[in-house]
Amino acid sequence: MTIEVRNLVKTFGSFKALDGVDLKVDSGELVALLGPSGSGKTTLLRIVAGLDWPDSGEVLINGEDALAQGARERHVGFVFQHYALFRHMTVFENVAFGLRVQPRAVRKDEAAIRARVKELLDLVQLDWLADRYPGQLSGGQRQRIALARALAIEPRILLLDEPFGALDAKVRKELRKWLRALHREISVTSIFVTHDQEEALEVANRVVVMDKGRIEQIGSPDDVYDNPATAFVHGFIGESIVLPVEVANGTVRLGDRPLDLAAGGLAPGASRLFVRRHDMLVGPPGSGAFEGAIRHVRNFGPVQRAEVALSGGQTIEIDAPRDRELRAGDTIGLEPRRYRIFAG
Amino acid sequence: MTVQIAHSGPVTSSDEKARAREALARNSLRTEPKAVRIVVIAIAVAFLTIFVVLPLVVVFAHAFSKGIAAYLAALAEPEALAAIRLTLLVAAISVGLNLVFGLVAAWAIAKFDFPGKTFLITLIDLPFSVSPVISGLVFVLLFGAQGYLGGWLRDHDIQILFAVPGIALATTFVTFPFVARALIPLMQEQGTQEEEAAISLGASGLQTFFRVTLPNIKWGVLYGVLLCNARAMGEFGAVSVVSGHIRGETNTMPLLVEILYDEYQFVAAFAIASLLAMLALITLIAKTVLERHLDEGQDPSDH
Repeated sequence: MTIEVRNLVKTFGSFKALDGVDLKVDSGELVALLGPSGSGKTTLLRIVAGLDWPDSGEVLINGEDALAQGARERHVGFVFQHYALFRHMTVFENVAFGLRVQPRAVRKDEAAIRARVKELLDLVQLDWLADRYPGQLSGGQRQRIALARALAIEPRILLLDEPFGALDAKVRKELRKWLRALHREISVTSIFVTHDQEEALEVANRVVVMDKGRIEQIGSPDDVYDNPATAFVHGFIGESIVLPVEVANGTVRLGDRPLDLAAGGLAPGASRLFVRRHDMLVGPPGSGAFEGAIRHVRNFGPVQRAEVALSGGQTIEIDAPRDRELRAGDTIGLEPRRYRIFAG
Repeated sequence: MTVQIAHSGPVTSSDEKARAREALARNSLRTEPKAVRIVVIAIAVAFLTIFVVLPLVVVFAHAFSKGIAAYLAALAEPEALAAIRLTLLVAAISVGLNLVFGLVAAWAIAKFDFPGKTFLITLIDLPFSVSPVISGLVFVLLFGAQGYLGGWLRDHDIQILFAVPGIALATTFVTFPFVARALIPLMQEQGTQEEEAAISLGASGLQTFFRVTLPNIKWGVLYGVLLCNARAMGEFGAVSVVSGHIRGETNTMPLLVEILYDEYQFVAAFAIASLLAMLALITLIAKTVLERHLDEGQDPSDH
């Protein structure tokens, strides 16, 4: 099943939630919509599900016009951020709900429904909770039940709204791995919304980065990390050092210091230089494009993080391997191994 | 709900002592001197006794003042039986109507956004802020012989005022807010996510309402119905205006109590009154039970 949206626009009052969004999701993909809150990602997901309606634009599911159908007819599995489990029903009845409300003509008989629910509870590894009520479950368990409930109707596509947003860090990491494995097993075309870049990069086949109702970049996790298309993407994904630079005559200047960096085809004017923290290589003083004095050094697991005051006055943080000896007070040279310069 | 108890290491006795001292200090800050406490409690008890318990006792005392036989005889009077029957009928009609209206109004207000929503919420409260006598007069103005619809009704031989329809209408109007008021905050708190989930799972509007919305608010509905019923059976002012006091026909229980009392038939008056008092007691007990269920039901399934 493919999902395609074309030139989607949605406003809430004066707020533009979606500002001309085009996206195509191929069959069997697991796509992450990544962006800060207010970027329109949840609105996009809800429109695809039929829970919201766009002001203009098209939504095609498997090539058919989905906007001609209500949420009920779209046959879309939707997992809510806060689970939205039916609190007065047992786990079993929650999962069975989608099967029980089917029109009589296609409804399975009781035995088949029981078998299907059992199968789904096995799939999410929670068959032992069948008789509990949602209020008696932990957050992670509720989320898995919500997923089982959405899968019960054999949805054409699966949409997950911040599926792990309300969970604590450890459970979130476990569920991420579990979701990826599950997707490999059932391979239903899926979109999930997240504001957590790590989650998007770890789980998705493809990442769609959104900001202010627009898509900034679509690419593989490696792609959006290594080749960010815009300043926003570079700043949003991964930790970046951002320095204001001046581009003139094909050279790049930081303050009045010329940097030995290629300006690419950039137009002259104020620009911003983006470098990943771990892409700043430390060398002896005088080497590299920058020079600076180390203020503090702290260790973060496999890396050490140094706060460096550049000779131009700016303070940056860099990550270096632990075996590299860095001491507060030392003067060092810094060379960006990879960098991007964006106009503006 | 899983409860996790954190064991934070062994508690030493010095810790315990320090904690006990702290608790003591806190308590003495929070409590008044004993004498003050006794006076305050005594005032509260005396007030309750004079204004609540005593009237209730008096009602039953007067009702039974000539013995149980007289009490039962008073209730068995055709006039009394007619009043009881009419009261039950009117309560059933107005509770039924208000159950439907209240559910629909609460559903619309809690689950949808539309222009004029605030106005609707204010409108729902109107019967609470208007004197019941005025509510009754409104119906007289509408349906009375000189009223706007009076002529048309007479031409078609439809009797509304001084008959069951008028009493039912007035009662329905006065008791309208109860169900809606009980449900609006409950439904607003529960939000629309469960309904959205149900629809995305393929449920129709009716299936969503009966399988998801209604079970979630059932205690609230019962609560609203209970209060609505108590008021419907006890309503005096509005009903008094539209009833016409036709003996054996359009007198409800509260109206009959007044008439009998005015005629110095104290045992009969208080016998009927005792039934209303029992209704009040039963309502109170049921209300307490329902409130407990409502609190339990609000145990949030997400946080």
